[in-house]
Amino acid sequence: MATIQPTAGELEPPHPDVALVERVRGGDVSAYDELVRKYERQLFRIAQHITQNREDAEDVMQDAFLKAYEKLEQFQGNSKFYTWLVRIAVNESLMRLRKRRSGRMVSLDEDVETEEGSVPRDLADWDPDPEQNYSQTELAEILRKTIQGLPPGFRVVFTLRDVDGLSTEETAETLGLSVPAVKSRLLRARLQLRERLSRYFKRRKASTTSGGSK
Amino acid sequence: MTCTEFLAMLDDLIDDAVTPQLRAELQEHLHGCDHCEVTLSTTRKTIQIYRSHELYDMPSGLRERLHAAIMARCKKGC
Repeated sequence: MATIQPTAGELEPPHPDVALVERVRGGDVSAYDELVRKYERQLFRIAQHITQNREDAEDVMQDAFLKAYEKLEQFQGNSKFYTWLVRIAVNESLMRLRKRRSGRMVSLDEDVETEEGSVPRDLADWDPDPEQNYSQTELAEILRKTIQGLPPGFRVVFTLRDVDGLSTEETAETLGLSVPAVKSRLLRARLQLRERLSRYFKRRKASTTSGGSK
Repeated sequence: MTCTEFLAMLDDLIDDAVTPQLRAELQEHLHGCDHCEVTLSTTRKTIQIYRSHELYDMPSGLRERLHAAIMARCKKGC
């Protein structure tokens, strides 16, 4: 049985997901299990970053995989299966976030007008290895609290681009934003996080440690 | 190059998406500007720290529930 070739033709070998998707379309559910196993962690992480709620993230992950399964016929194959899946998960996540905020609109454009982070203010240098000043639990709490404070539109872009490692173009395609819009949100997100983390990570003055021999 | 101009190129520099000529100009600005040097190094660190720490572990049992849900959906007609 011939398999459908991706549009790239002979230039690039087909992405391994293409064969898995074809198997699912042919009725092989175990191939879908493989896709789930491959991407479940990433999808859960994205959903949790956006919704900031564990229960919602679990529901989002389940709904996104089920929806993708049902709509697999609509998957065109001109984008990667993964970015198509992420787009479904992001939409589900934003919907949940909106519900939690009792119907308040949550859009990717929300809060982008904020000036915070557009110009760095806290310019103290950080400790060379700031993580060492905290336990793993404390550090995780700091990182969670800090990213939680970002407006959703910035959080989504930072999560996809920097945490998940999508390219700028893939992030733009996934979110339905232009490349310049992604770039401007990413810069603001990075600078805001940097500014907020400075509070915890900036170099401590030698005089604050008592009893030192230096 | 001014600090504002440097800042506008910060992401491209971090993402290694600058031409060698622009990189040289950015480096030159960095040599004389502590503020931008700190902004660059701490922004890099911010990204690295988020990338290297898994903040949210997937709950155990979620995979099984998902698998069961997919199988149930499949039985209804797939």
